[in-house]
Amino acid sequence: MVWEVVVGIETHAQLATASKMFSGASTAFGAAPNTQASAVDIALPGVLPVANLAAIEHAIRFGLAVRGTINRRSIFARKNYFYPDLPKGYQISQYESPIVQGGKLTFQLDGREHIARLTRAHLEEDAGKSLHEDFHGMTGIDLNRAGTPLLEIVSEPDLRGAKEAVGYARALHALVMWIGVCDGNMQEGSFRCDANVSVRRRGESVLGTRCEIKNLNSFRFMERAIEFEAKRQIELTEDGGKVVQETRLYDPDRDETRSMRTKEDAQDYRYFPDPDLLPLVISEQMIHDIEAAMPELPDARRERFIREYALTPYDAGLLTVSRTAADYYEALVKASGVEPKLCANWQTGELSAALNREERDIAASPVSPPMLAGLLKRVTDGTVSGKAAKQVFEVMWKLGGVVDEIIEREGLRQVSDAGAIEKLVDAVLAANERLVGDYRAGKDKAFNALVGQVMKASKGKANPVQAAEALRRKLG
Amino acid sequence: MSLSHDQIRRIVKLARIAIRPEESEAVRARLSCVLALVDELRAVDTTGVEPMSHAVDVGQRLRRDEVSEQDNHAVYQSVAPAVQENLYLVPKVIE
Repeated sequence: MVWEVVVGIETHAQLATASKMFSGASTAFGAAPNTQASAVDIALPGVLPVANLAAIEHAIRFGLAVRGTINRRSIFARKNYFYPDLPKGYQISQYESPIVQGGKLTFQLDGREHIARLTRAHLEEDAGKSLHEDFHGMTGIDLNRAGTPLLEIVSEPDLRGAKEAVGYARALHALVMWIGVCDGNMQEGSFRCDANVSVRRRGESVLGTRCEIKNLNSFRFMERAIEFEAKRQIELTEDGGKVVQETRLYDPDRDETRSMRTKEDAQDYRYFPDPDLLPLVISEQMIHDIEAAMPELPDARRERFIREYALTPYDAGLLTVSRTAADYYEALVKASGVEPKLCANWQTGELSAALNREERDIAASPVSPPMLAGLLKRVTDGTVSGKAAKQVFEVMWKLGGVVDEIIEREGLRQVSDAGAIEKLVDAVLAANERLVGDYRAGKDKAFNALVGQVMKASKGKANPVQAAEALRRKLG
Repeated sequence: MSLSHDQIRRIVKLARIAIRPEESEAVRARLSCVLALVDELRAVDTTGVEPMSHAVDVGQRLRRDEVSEQDNHAVYQSVAPAVQENLYLVPKVIE
């Protein structure tokens, strides 16, 4: 039996604001418990919420980026439930009229373009945190996070299997950071995903019963959790069982999902419009201003890189993985004036390897675009060989400095002087009669070995193209 | 509209309100009266009328994104029943 795994993703992206959704308390991460929980956040009687303009602008920015519909009039609603980290007894969210409706997200996976439709994106506030350990049978409540602005982004069940789901989530993660609405920090919980997973026999049009998996705080866990869950549902169904709609929690230690609660005692959230908050009315001017200030989006920039710099789709994808990476690349091309392909090779090769090794973001690279540009100029004009350039790069990375000074100081200047190269070639030919004989006998490999000898004799500094030419001439 | 005792039990559970069994009938009768009022409103023909989410027909004012609140946890926690290491303590909740 061939099964199809159907996934929809719900994402909570914490919006990058200084203050909370409905209060002037700080949203900074890592403060001492409850020091950033204001009277509004802890729901003291008599307080009133006032919405944060920046959060609304971020939501609009996102809506425009995914080409969704921005509702000119949207409503905040109360989602009612009881939990100690939710002091009001309700979460302010949006229900019937979310700020963003529809839209789509395009992502690349294994060299193919995928499109996932979005259902909606709505504004809401986060709850506080419950700490269950070490309080003598009590639970500790930290309300610093309460009231933090979130954008809940809901996809349609358009994703087929774990890999596509992760491809979507990665693209969404990159997009929200690209447009500056979320810092994307998954360790700190700024970007959290839940996956709705169901299975059906291939060719069927009706969706199977779904389970919602919570607690997917990394892409790796997301992939494993969906794979596990799909396998569980398939085995259950093949054994004649029935999938029950429920919420399941992924446990990364045991690599399994397990039931949290079934929909039997499904929450009845009793949504209703929040009387404390008037309708949110968005003007054409506001949308226009946000659109005008929007950066070039990842897809557009990727396409432009392919066109403008004659890059492969693969390279263009790597270079547009983030806005800082793309900015770095364009600064490098501009400052160096050398082949854009050479710039791409260096950025995706040496630079990215060094960044990965030290787990640094490209924005914190010790080698800036002008520094790398200086080096690539010297590669292009033949001052240094590709191999020596890597040594120069290492020095720049560790110690900084000016390219030309490093080349001189380290003695890495390529020998391009015809006379000097000729001397080296003569010496190598004299010392390697066997190789010369092999070459004359038609063994092409011997030629490369001779070039290697010349390079060795020059301590890697000879211009290999010139060395090869001189050899060919002499052997001629 | 009249509510059943099952519906009362459900509402009481959702609202986390404790009522004694002998109070159930009184609560049911009173809540049913409220719903009767809603039924009366329902009799009005609202065909073609946009639903309102708020009694006042104006948009909400927004706040600039600035931190304006200071740390007042000591004051707030002075009236909390139990506090430890800056945390509010509540009876143990297990998901």
